[in-house]
Amino acid sequence: MIVEATQATPVKYDMGVVKWFSIMAVVYLVVGTLLGVWIASELAWPFLNLDIPEITFGRLRPLHTNAVIFAFGGCTLFGTGFYMAQRTGATNLWSNGLAWFTFWGWNLIILLAIITLPLGITQSKEYAELEWPIDIMVAVVWLSFGINHIMTVAKRKTSHIYVSNWFTWGMFIMVTYLHVVNSLAIPVSLTQSYSIFSGVQDAMIQWWWGHNAVGFYLTAGFLGIMYYFVPKQANRPVFSYRLSVLHFWTLMFGYVWLGAHHLQYTALPDWTGSLAAAISLAMIIPSWGGAMNGMMTLSGAWDKLRTDYIMRFLVVSLAFYAMSTFEGPVMSIKTVNALSHYTDWTVGHVHSGALGWVVMVSAGALYHMIKKLWNTEMYSDNLVNVHFWLATIGTVVYIVAMWVSGIMQGLMWRDYDEYGTLTYTFVESVSAMHPYYAMRAIGGMIFNLGAWIMLFNVVMTVRQANAARVTNAVPAKA
Amino acid sequence: MSDHDKLYSTKLQDNAERRTVLMLVLVAITVAVGGIVEIVPLFYLDTTMTHLSPNVKTEQHKANDTAPIVWNRKPGQSLDDWKPGDGVRPYKPLELAGRDVYIREGCYLCHSQMIRPFRDEKDRYGHYSVSSESMYDHPFQWGSKRTGPDLARVGGKYSDEWHRRHLKYPRDVVPESVMPNFFFLEKGRIDAVQLEKNMRVLAGQPGYLGMGLHIPFYPLPYTEEDFKSVKAATEGKTELDAVIAYLQGLGNHIKFTEGVNYRD
Repeated sequence: MIVEATQATPVKYDMGVVKWFSIMAVVYLVVGTLLGVWIASELAWPFLNLDIPEITFGRLRPLHTNAVIFAFGGCTLFGTGFYMAQRTGATNLWSNGLAWFTFWGWNLIILLAIITLPLGITQSKEYAELEWPIDIMVAVVWLSFGINHIMTVAKRKTSHIYVSNWFTWGMFIMVTYLHVVNSLAIPVSLTQSYSIFSGVQDAMIQWWWGHNAVGFYLTAGFLGIMYYFVPKQANRPVFSYRLSVLHFWTLMFGYVWLGAHHLQYTALPDWTGSLAAAISLAMIIPSWGGAMNGMMTLSGAWDKLRTDYIMRFLVVSLAFYAMSTFEGPVMSIKTVNALSHYTDWTVGHVHSGALGWVVMVSAGALYHMIKKLWNTEMYSDNLVNVHFWLATIGTVVYIVAMWVSGIMQGLMWRDYDEYGTLTYTFVESVSAMHPYYAMRAIGGMIFNLGAWIMLFNVVMTVRQANAARVTNAVPAKA
Repeated sequence: MSDHDKLYSTKLQDNAERRTVLMLVLVAITVAVGGIVEIVPLFYLDTTMTHLSPNVKTEQHKANDTAPIVWNRKPGQSLDDWKPGDGVRPYKPLELAGRDVYIREGCYLCHSQMIRPFRDEKDRYGHYSVSSESMYDHPFQWGSKRTGPDLARVGGKYSDEWHRRHLKYPRDVVPESVMPNFFFLEKGRIDAVQLEKNMRVLAGQPGYLGMGLHIPFYPLPYTEEDFKSVKAATEGKTELDAVIAYLQGLGNHIKFTEGVNYRD
């Protein structure tokens, strides 16, 4: 059940669409992190808004988050999802045509996001900014992926459904709930709508969505990737099957409750935030169980880390996963949240998860998959290593800058002098942030440079593989 | 026993791993629980909303506090008859236009509108926010980050002229600011026809394409007179005027009494 079915007759997989999802994932990684670098620089050096309305911070920031979460993350999830569903079930896709519909539909949505968000067409719900016509398209394309994935797994040749596919389904079902409910709005024109909810209920629903976009899309979805690609790259079975069962169900049940911890001390009733904080703390157990399960898969083969650069990505991603899933619960405790909320600490926390966990595990999976898809070695293993170090250093620089600036902000805002008056004006806290905003932008640049190197390496690998195929094909023709 | 039949876990888990539909159903139920428990009660528990909360009513009664939480609009009263402290009211036309611009420009990404009940936030921003204050906010604008200061009670803190200069070129007024220049708002005109449509939808009337869908929760209690006032209220106004009107109307709706606990 944990191993792939042995195949008497080789299966003809549908990998064309997977190849294109992989390439677009790398392209969007470059674009998304570049946008991040740009808006980070706008905060450090505001003249970079360049007095062009379309590229001011307020309009580009949603484009950055949409590009990294939905363009990069989406292409990675769809590509690996179709890859894993086929290979763990020893079957081809239920519908190759529908998979191509998912590909073109998703890319069309990304194109529309690139056009509408800089024009200020937004619903103003974080990570769900796209306006209602695009929301409807998202729902349709999302369902096309989920149905195809489910039907592919349903027609598997193996007896059991592999754990990665459970996680993908958890993501699929929950994100469907979230997207539908959080996007409920009454249109007033083709480009504007108002949420049917208001105030406190709207806030709760938004953060139920917001935290589970993290919990299910960026965590469960990518845990599915982890459970397939870590054992594959290590060439060992998952450390513990039982732990993966526990990890899965506790995560599915628990994550949903956490959203309200984004609203501690707000006008949301106290019971909701406290309940969310309690469950947040409990979530350390499944999260660390899962991280251990991934890492221990390597036990007995730790020497691989010395030579296998792809393995480095996967292992470090698990280290960041463990760190962020410890930091998150700590930040959900009301006394800590009182300091951290509204500050850069939150931004740093998100990026330790996004850069350290999501991008690292994706990079590992994509490198592994690209080698298999094109049946070749990477153009340069050394460049994989360079990318690994740039990604790691970039992430660390970023999150350290945000820890310092976030905690400093929080402390400055609440500081009183000996006469019992506030020590700092707000703007003093803004100017104190400048060096850290610059440092964060530099961390982002380092990370983005790594992404460019990955793109170069992938393009050269594909070209090299295609050239080899042409050369091999010549004698056959003759 | 072949590997095919071996049981690695419980019977239920093994069944779920073999049967696609069972797995999907179990997952669909498991992930639904948390959201239902945390969200649904917020729609029916009276304690969620300040103006419905029996506890707040008791507190107000003890303190001889007669200030309304929500504006009790008498027949024939226009939005301009409202005075600060009269209670939460729907946005005036120009304010609503400004709010749309506020959303379009992504102001909520750097400015919160949610004051927490801490000493420093009281000194810096004013009385802590209560839920009923955002009951007419579709969508809510509480924000999640303070790259700039909280704006929940910015109304009346600065003059219109200060806002005008600050919005256009923030660093002319506050040299350390990192806010973009919003000089271009001065060129933006208000579309009174669209604004009236927006107000009608927020009031619970059917939306675009007339699909019969309407806002079911806390629609804004506008009257026909309010809709008729849109044209005069926005005549010759720019988007900059609208944003300033919006900001100047923030946070002064409720008259808070010292010593009354407005939150549960």
